[in-house]
Amino acid sequence: MALQAIAFYLMAAVTVAAGFCVVSARNPVHSVLWLILAFFSAAGLFVLLGAEFLAMLLVVVYVGAVAVLFLFVVMMLDVDFASLRQGFARYMPLGLLIAAFLTAEMVLVATTVSSQGAAKDSLTPMASGEGSTLSNAEAIGRVLYTDYIYFFQAAGLVLLVAMIGAIVLTLRHKPGVKRQVIMDQVLRTPKTGMKLVNPKSGEGIEG
Amino acid sequence: MIIGLAHYLAVAAILFTIGVFGIFVNRKNIIVILMSIELILLAVNINLVAFSAYLGNLTGQIFAMFVLTVAAAEAAVGLAILVTFFRNRGDIAVDDASMMKG
Repeated sequence: MALQAIAFYLMAAVTVAAGFCVVSARNPVHSVLWLILAFFSAAGLFVLLGAEFLAMLLVVVYVGAVAVLFLFVVMMLDVDFASLRQGFARYMPLGLLIAAFLTAEMVLVATTVSSQGAAKDSLTPMASGEGSTLSNAEAIGRVLYTDYIYFFQAAGLVLLVAMIGAIVLTLRHKPGVKRQVIMDQVLRTPKTGMKLVNPKSGEGIEG
Repeated sequence: MIIGLAHYLAVAAILFTIGVFGIFVNRKNIIVILMSIELILLAVNINLVAFSAYLGNLTGQIFAMFVLTVAAAEAAVGLAILVTFFRNRGDIAVDDASMMKG
């Protein structure tokens, strides 16, 4: 139990610290790297909770795809990031105020809920469902592909639409670039592709 | 010392607050704003998974997966819009993006 507590506090501290560094780093590239660290340690928290499948999903999807996407965009755009940080000190008091209000609200809600004894029916996490002996991934699969199959398909549709949207938004056709035009190749007939000439000897053919 | 549900909820609450704070202090830098949104969604996911584990009900984890899906889609489309915006303007300062008001 003590080991679990140590692991929890370590990963929680790393998550929170990395999260704070994301919003306060001077260089957005560093922000992305801190974001990766935050996601990694959050995946560790998920493992502690017993949700191994979601932890691995977090590592694959976020660290493998989203963070790299961010990294590409940050490095691709040639932006003067120093000028983007000008308002940092000016907006700081407002941000701190709102953060304080949010924290106060959440503490209020949490104390109210815990004083009413909600969510206290188990002391240890059971990530595979109540009284289940299945592994986490297997339990999720059994629920996801039966009860939630339509939501699963809808999630796929969301990803498809996002993919098409991202491609349409960023695709750009440069004029003057030679491309293969399949249509022209298919429609080419012997008549248009071939020219029969009968040159007189000693004159040659004009190009 | 037993780590209970409240511990995870506290971590998620702190992370959520950091995310909102990040949106407010980095108002000019839309890349960091997008990263702050990712942090907020991560906090939501921690909440969902913690409740799911402590209540012994898998629905929370399924929902966290859908949140993950939507977050990935949102990041992709957001960054695509950002790239297009940068190509048109040569800059990504969002506080004078009001030309989109028409």
